[in-house]
Amino acid sequence: MSLIEVKDLYKVFGHKPKKVFPLLEKGMSKDEILNKTGNTIGINNASFEVEKGEFFVVMGLSGSGKSTLIRCLNRLIEPTAGQILIDGEDIVKADKDNLRDIRRKKISMVFQHFGLFPHRTVLDNVEYGLEIQGVDPEERTKKAMESIKLVGLKGYENSMPNELSGGMQQRVGLARALANDPDVLLMDEAFSALDPLIRKEMQDELLDLQSKMHKTIIFITHDLDEALKLGDRIAVMKDGKIVQIGTAEDILTNPANDYVKEFVQDVDRSRVVTAEAIMRKPEALISSKDGPRVAIRKMKENEFSSVYVTDKNKKLLGIVTIEDASKAIEKGQKSLDEILIRDVPRATPQQQIIDLLPMAKTADYPIAVTDKEDHLLGIIVRASIILGIVGEEA
Amino acid sequence: MFKFHIGSYFEDFVLWLKDNFDFIFDFIKNILEGSIDGLEALLNFLPSIVLILLIGLLAWKVTSKGVAIFTILGLLLIDAMELWQATISTLALVLSSSLITLLIGIPLGILASKNDRFDRILRPILDFMQTMPAFVYLIPAVLFFSLGKVPGAFATIIFSMPPVVRLTNLAIRQVPTEVVEAARSFGSTSKQMLFKVQLPIALPTILAGINQTIMLALSMVVISAMIGSGGLGKVVLRGIQEYKIGLGFEGGVAVVILAMILDRITQGFGDLNKNK
Repeated sequence: MSLIEVKDLYKVFGHKPKKVFPLLEKGMSKDEILNKTGNTIGINNASFEVEKGEFFVVMGLSGSGKSTLIRCLNRLIEPTAGQILIDGEDIVKADKDNLRDIRRKKISMVFQHFGLFPHRTVLDNVEYGLEIQGVDPEERTKKAMESIKLVGLKGYENSMPNELSGGMQQRVGLARALANDPDVLLMDEAFSALDPLIRKEMQDELLDLQSKMHKTIIFITHDLDEALKLGDRIAVMKDGKIVQIGTAEDILTNPANDYVKEFVQDVDRSRVVTAEAIMRKPEALISSKDGPRVAIRKMKENEFSSVYVTDKNKKLLGIVTIEDASKAIEKGQKSLDEILIRDVPRATPQQQIIDLLPMAKTADYPIAVTDKEDHLLGIIVRASIILGIVGEEA
Repeated sequence: MFKFHIGSYFEDFVLWLKDNFDFIFDFIKNILEGSIDGLEALLNFLPSIVLILLIGLLAWKVTSKGVAIFTILGLLLIDAMELWQATISTLALVLSSSLITLLIGIPLGILASKNDRFDRILRPILDFMQTMPAFVYLIPAVLFFSLGKVPGAFATIIFSMPPVVRLTNLAIRQVPTEVVEAARSFGSTSKQMLFKVQLPIALPTILAGINQTIMLALSMVVISAMIGSGGLGKVVLRGIQEYKIGLGFEGGVAVVILAMILDRITQGFGDLNKNK
């Protein structure tokens, strides 16, 4: 069963929100309803599920309802209708005490502009969640310090928030959210206020942390690249509706409608498409037992000026070029050992095109894609990199 | 031309209050009188020079050496002008009415910040309290409490309450939304929210309101002397009535010195808090 299950969720702002439902059923748009009733549709029939340990990203432009959606999940905003089940328990129906308990133990939130308490030190900020639960001071300091260490802020625990840079302030925000060890982490545009370099660093670190913690994360962003990078699955929102849910590849290769298509057309594919997706089968490989003549014949067959060499277990040994092979034949050498170039450019299947670019620029040979045991899985030539970026099949 | 005097209705209302709720006014009177006289006796307990040095020390702690020197010299001048008793009496009146103002005003401000409807109701009342010429309060005040310090304190409390209510309200409303959301999202109770988050962040602005309240209270001193509240106001009033230019000037200067000292010290508390 999914950890979080959202069913038919609506949020309507303004007076008498219920009177809007018949209009929604008639299929009136957000703008029409606003003009007619003065009510704003925040969320229009959202349903989705999030698995335990999943990194779920909700992406949309401003006004798409994504911030409203995330605030419904811990009821900072009261939903108008629908169900939000966490561990099977409906948050929408929880009474005041119950809701407070859920907020204290199960769900923590990280905010776009950090939402730190300016009058408290870093440590006191991180301790806040535990403090209001009445955890005894020694214990909460211990837990808070662990959390501070986790986000790399050790040594800053006695600083005031305004003495820290934006990136560091958001680390405090993250540490504060992690301190009470919640099941669910809500992150509302958590990195949007940071400059691009710091943002990238924080994204990498969050992924790193997530690979250790396996929290269930719901992450809001307006930045498609960020969504594609972080999300196990992505929900795309528009006008309060969820228009598509899927993995990064799903959304890129199979957009649900024109809106999503338009949205993804400017995507920096070099950051999404992986080596695996653009590599060719390494047909040109020969075994180490073969000699230079076999190598040249293989190259001619495949119209390449070089050929990769593997052992019988397909483990990569190196590469042989056509010039070296010809010279070896002239010299009468029978083995490839002397002309084998062992230092070849290698990539892993999961590496993104962007990482391959510098390699492709300097390498004289195609890039070898290998797994952890150095088995040759495929090769990438410059042309396939370009095709991969443009988004056409190689 | 159509004539309609609302004054007579107000007069009836005040007289009705006086007739029916005299016990309440007596009760208020006892409290006010007790606190003012108590504070005055306390301040008079120490010889003037000791109190001057103590106030100077306080000024030095919360502000700067310059302000401390000014405080000591200013108070010495007041003592030398033989206005010490009058100054203490004024100080006691100002401090105790301010204290009561804050005890009522800050909770009202907090309430107004939490409840929009209450805020809307309160706003015109505050406008009324603040802009009605202060003399007007004196008439019913005397009716309720007869002459002396108590009606003076009563008028002062009404006149000086608006700034602290408004600024407390504003200060709490100005706490950034995300900070409040963060506190809520971690499961704060409303009490924890108020005392651990909103009030500490709002404190500098609230302190500015407290400062304004004390200044306004001091400005009522001369006016309330007209109904016998004594102190420095009485000195100024005598200067006017007996046409003694020198005496009036001395009384006025003493008020200014007291005002500046109170202002710098209360502001100093605000800055201390900001720098922390």
